[in-house]
Amino acid sequence: MTKTNTEDYLRMYRQMVRIRTFEDHANQLYLSARMPGLTHMYSGQEAVAVGICEALTDDDKITSTHRGHGHCVAKGAEFSQMFCELLGKEEGYCRGKGGSMHIADQSHGNLGANAIVGGSMGIATGSALRAKLQGSDDVTVCFFGDGATAQGLLYEVMNMASLWKLPVIYACENNGYSEYTKTAEIAAGSITARAEAFGIEAHQVDGQDVLAVNGLTQKLVARARKGEGPFFLELMTYRYHGHHVGDINRGYYRDKAEEQEWKDNRDPITLFRAWLLDQGIASEDEIAAMTAEIEQDAAAAVAHAEAAPYPDTAEVDMHVYAG
Amino acid sequence: MREITLSQAVNEAIAEEMRRDETVFLLGEDVAEAGTPFKVLSGLVEEFGTTRVIDTPIAEPGFMGLAVGAAMTGARPIVDLMFGDFLFLVMDQLCNQAAKIHYMSGGKLKVPLVLRTNLGATRRSAAQHSQSLQALVAHVPGLKVALPSSAYEAKGLMKTAIRDNNPVVIFEDKLMYQDKAPVPEEEYLIPFGVANVRREGSDITLIATSSMVQVAEKAAEILAAEGIEAEVIDPRTLVPLDEATLVASVKKTSRAIVLDEGHQSYGVTSEIASRLNEQAFYHLDAPVLRMGAMDVPVPFSPALEDLTVPTPEGVAARARKLCSGDLIHAA
Repeated sequence: MTKTNTEDYLRMYRQMVRIRTFEDHANQLYLSARMPGLTHMYSGQEAVAVGICEALTDDDKITSTHRGHGHCVAKGAEFSQMFCELLGKEEGYCRGKGGSMHIADQSHGNLGANAIVGGSMGIATGSALRAKLQGSDDVTVCFFGDGATAQGLLYEVMNMASLWKLPVIYACENNGYSEYTKTAEIAAGSITARAEAFGIEAHQVDGQDVLAVNGLTQKLVARARKGEGPFFLELMTYRYHGHHVGDINRGYYRDKAEEQEWKDNRDPITLFRAWLLDQGIASEDEIAAMTAEIEQDAAAAVAHAEAAPYPDTAEVDMHVYAG
Repeated sequence: MREITLSQAVNEAIAEEMRRDETVFLLGEDVAEAGTPFKVLSGLVEEFGTTRVIDTPIAEPGFMGLAVGAAMTGARPIVDLMFGDFLFLVMDQLCNQAAKIHYMSGGKLKVPLVLRTNLGATRRSAAQHSQSLQALVAHVPGLKVALPSSAYEAKGLMKTAIRDNNPVVIFEDKLMYQDKAPVPEEEYLIPFGVANVRREGSDITLIATSSMVQVAEKAAEILAAEGIEAEVIDPRTLVPLDEATLVASVKKTSRAIVLDEGHQSYGVTSEIASRLNEQAFYHLDAPVLRMGAMDVPVPFSPALEDLTVPTPEGVAARARKLCSGDLIHAA
């Protein structure tokens, strides 16, 4: 076992724990009625966002979804500005104008979450078109769920991406559910075959295995930079919570035994932690210290966000038009 | 001054801006070698190549979405939407994405794109190729909307649109592509939000957009022969709207008719009439009238289609009644 990648492994673990911790706090904010609106938890899918974003640089772009906190953290965002945005505060990434479903963090290449299912597929592909036209070597990753494969836009943009060999990677997170409906009931045939029909190389990968996701993504990103794109990934994963935080009584579409099975045996953080310990990359104490530090960061960020000011009312009609 | 067609004016504006700024590019259906069905873009692919004049598949939401993403990341796309009617196909990408991204991101992201499309009936193209849908996009905050009424406006407004940092929708009147107007050789831009008083008058104000400007001017000539002096104003952009010029004119004349080729109900004419009522009520001697297209899908048969849009004679008749005090409650 070579240790040269130790820092990378620890950073990946850290980022996965940061996502889980962020979501636990966001969920608590909702449950205790301290957060306006609602939100969609990414818990359970951390290996997807982290495995992919760790293969990208700040110049590379992503587009995200309504279930987007994980992508945002993985692409480099800070807890404090994220919690501020969730609470509609001025210090938030979007000055409180976007909220949970619209966080954008341009400085790290996050072009924003999108509350229209499948709504960012054009944006991601257009970012890749711009890269090609301007001779830039950045790659754009388009995150979307299995539910979004039912949107026609995906097929229009995959067609153009393939025709023009654009540096875009379509990352379909198949968490088994399209809102409150099993994926099998909304998606006919194979998901990867949809991409293959356009001549796009497609891979199905275990979305709970951060190293598998990261290893494959690194290869595809390198190839996309050389003009060999686009690519399509179907990442098999699972969301622990309901469609949104208020979706508590979900026995009518999903049973508790299934949820427990994924949490007990397929949890991406537990699995990677065991591997880190087994490989001697980190000790129990080191991991416990890291976890505690992240928890402390999150708690401090929540406290900061709760105390932070709302935007001035004069901001309501600011930013409708750019100067 | 030389005279060129509206089609040539649009072509010149785009070519000049593409020479000036290499981030500007065109995409849409049959924009390259075909130069669009109206031949407005002929010659551009020869100068700028297929990397900057991009033929897309027939996938309006798809290429509209691509333009949004390209604009957000440093390019200035011009999207060619072959018929204004296809706006209904791109509504999510235009109105939920492009229009809102700057605001939703707290001012961090910008979407500098131009969507050029057209309006106008009486081309015998029936209900899905004849609509004038400017009210639809003017309703959505975050979009700017320009309506050139001649070759001169078409060039100046297009150049301004391409340099604007927001999504701008430009509607060209598809029946006006071959109409010539004086257009200077030297460069000029027409700022958004500045109405053009095309004819001065003291008895009634005719506020008209795009295709309706010619109709209003002809109506004004008919009225002038009868001793009624009509002022004709072209707002040129709906968003932003030069309210001050419109209100000042109506305060002067005390009567107004608002003309636009979109459907009359819930439309551009309704919005402008409301603003005049709110801001010039005590100066009005008669209700502000709206004259838009009939609230019917555009019919194919020439015998029917010609009934659906305002005519100079129709406008003159309404204006005559307003000025004589006959028509207090508009039909």
